[in-house]
Amino acid sequence: MVDMKPTKNGFGEGLVELGRRNPRVVALGCDITGSVMVSLFKDAFPDRFFSIGIAEQNAAQIAAGLSLAGFVPFFSTYGVFASGRCWDQIRTTICYTELNVKIGGAHGGISVGPDGATHQALEEIGNMRAIPNMTVIVPADATETRKATIAAGEMLGPCYVRFGREAVPSWTKEDDPFEIGNANLVRDGNDVAVIACGVMVYEALCAAEELEKEGISVRVVNLHTVKPIDTGAIVSCAEKCGCIVAAEEHQIYGGFCGAVAEQVVQHCPVPMEFVAVDDRFGESGDPEELMSEFGLTSSDIVSAIRNVLKRSGK
Amino acid sequence: MVNLNMSVSELEEQARQCRIDIIRMLAEAGSGHSGGSLSSVDILVALYFNFMKHDPESPTWEERDFFILSKGHVCPALYTALARAGYFPVEELMTLRKLDSRLQGHPAKNKGLPGIEVSSGSLGQGLGIGAGVALGLKIDGRPNRVWCLNGDGEMQEGSIWESAMAAGHYRLDNLATIVDMNGLQIDGEVCKVMNIEPLDEKFRAFNWNVVKCGGHDMADLLRAYEEASGCKDKPTAILAKTVKGKGVSFMENVAGWHGKAPNADEAEIALKELGAL
Ligand SMILES: Cc1ncc(C[n+]2csc(CCOP(=O)(O)OP(=O)(O)O)c2C)c(N)n1
Repeated sequence: MVDMKPTKNGFGEGLVELGRRNPRVVALGCDITGSVMVSLFKDAFPDRFFSIGIAEQNAAQIAAGLSLAGFVPFFSTYGVFASGRCWDQIRTTICYTELNVKIGGAHGGISVGPDGATHQALEEIGNMRAIPNMTVIVPADATETRKATIAAGEMLGPCYVRFGREAVPSWTKEDDPFEIGNANLVRDGNDVAVIACGVMVYEALCAAEELEKEGISVRVVNLHTVKPIDTGAIVSCAEKCGCIVAAEEHQIYGGFCGAVAEQVVQHCPVPMEFVAVDDRFGESGDPEELMSEFGLTSSDIVSAIRNVLKRSGK
Repeated sequence: MVNLNMSVSELEEQARQCRIDIIRMLAEAGSGHSGGSLSSVDILVALYFNFMKHDPESPTWEERDFFILSKGHVCPALYTALARAGYFPVEELMTLRKLDSRLQGHPAKNKGLPGIEVSSGSLGQGLGIGAGVALGLKIDGRPNRVWCLNGDGEMQEGSIWESAMAAGHYRLDNLATIVDMNGLQIDGEVCKVMNIEPLDEKFRAFNWNVVKCGGHDMADLLRAYEEASGCKDKPTAILAKTVKGKGVSFMENVAGWHGKAPNADEAEIALKELGAL
């Protein structure tokens, strides 16, 4: 059995590690400090934590100012608010000026569960990757979220890291490489490629294992950095396999699948299928129940693979 | 027909019933916001069972007062008030937060639950929505009033003050907001997380009328609603002093109960305290 751990824990641990490495790293709280795990940083470095209250726009502005004053500020709240409530501050103040501000987008995806649509961030990959100068990372599990958070803090410029609330399979290894912009090939195969981010990478691996029994060889790529996108990794999927499934726990329009498709159509057109939320708001429910209700499980990936194989005459 | 013109003692009994519902709903759902639901339930009961003009048989009645739940996370308190007032079957309360339920974790207009005017759950938006409805009613010369419920932590959102400025500017005396002053938010005490005081002076400076009252004292709440309704040329902020988790001893004044539901054992103790068992 694979270990289960929420990706938000990886964010909190990464932030503490960064705090140790760099005394200029500071963190802002938006009244959900514990539930986004900034509390770990607050406990370790009480003098470098600042409570801003329920004021996301101001948190983005204060972070912008702190970066101008030479600090490396992180602010974190639920992704709906972190990316949405202060979108204009992020766009015009942080990204246009290219400020060194880091954003932790918690509660990413439908798996947030019973809180329902208002708290399930399903548009942030799209609304963040649309902004020039922004780096967008969607790590696959808690270990990778820790590495991504550290990498975000050590790069220069605006960066958004998306993570989730529920415990999810923790399957990447401590010594797996993590570099912003470099996708990880996590399973080789040549009939079809699944390119995924976040928790969908694990679902893709499960789908690949199942199809192996039928002799279908599935390549799986963990495209943790949505922007800047690893065009080379996408092109080699198209060249090796001739068809691609993209999978994300996010709205189908404008997000990760679209980002992959943009590269595919420009550089190496091959048939593609998308596994994503089909242009609807979320709902209350158990996380697991919602993942299947919204078509985000390994069996949905299996169906998408069958469709794309059929379409490419395989 | 449910009595919507209750006396103070009837309101108190109704609020006790609603608290019992809240505990049962949250325990059944296994998640949700206990503290703020219990601190605001008397405010809602006084509105729905005495003061507000509304018709559960006809939720979109032209002459109704509008109620906007700005702090959407305390919807269990609103759901029980609506169900007990007759908007939908009381049994439906137990579907809270379940897949396909009309009782979403935060109020969802698209689910069609009678009595929900607008989806909410992203803090800081309800006061502006209320101001917009109030402005629209004034344009049309309609006598309906608008009632809004905010949290004290929610006062930290900048949009609240943009809305307050507009409501003062347009002299929206048909608008009142009740601020549930329970003194706590998720990270702890409001005054420590980000101080909002002096709140009364802030509202007055934005050209509002301010009324203070006890948020668990039915007679005092009714007095405050009366004063708000009588005020001319200014919107009214009712600052209602409350206790977060009110009515359940181990939840009272404990920030940790903000977004937590009681387990079966805790629910049993709570229900005993509320006289349900
Ligand atoms: C824009 C936005 N930011 C953050 C949240 C998360 N959140 C939900 S409730 C809450 C605290 C609210 O405190 P308060 O307004 O005092 O409500 P109460 O104590 O009455 O529950 C927060 C931060 C949210 N729902 N919306």
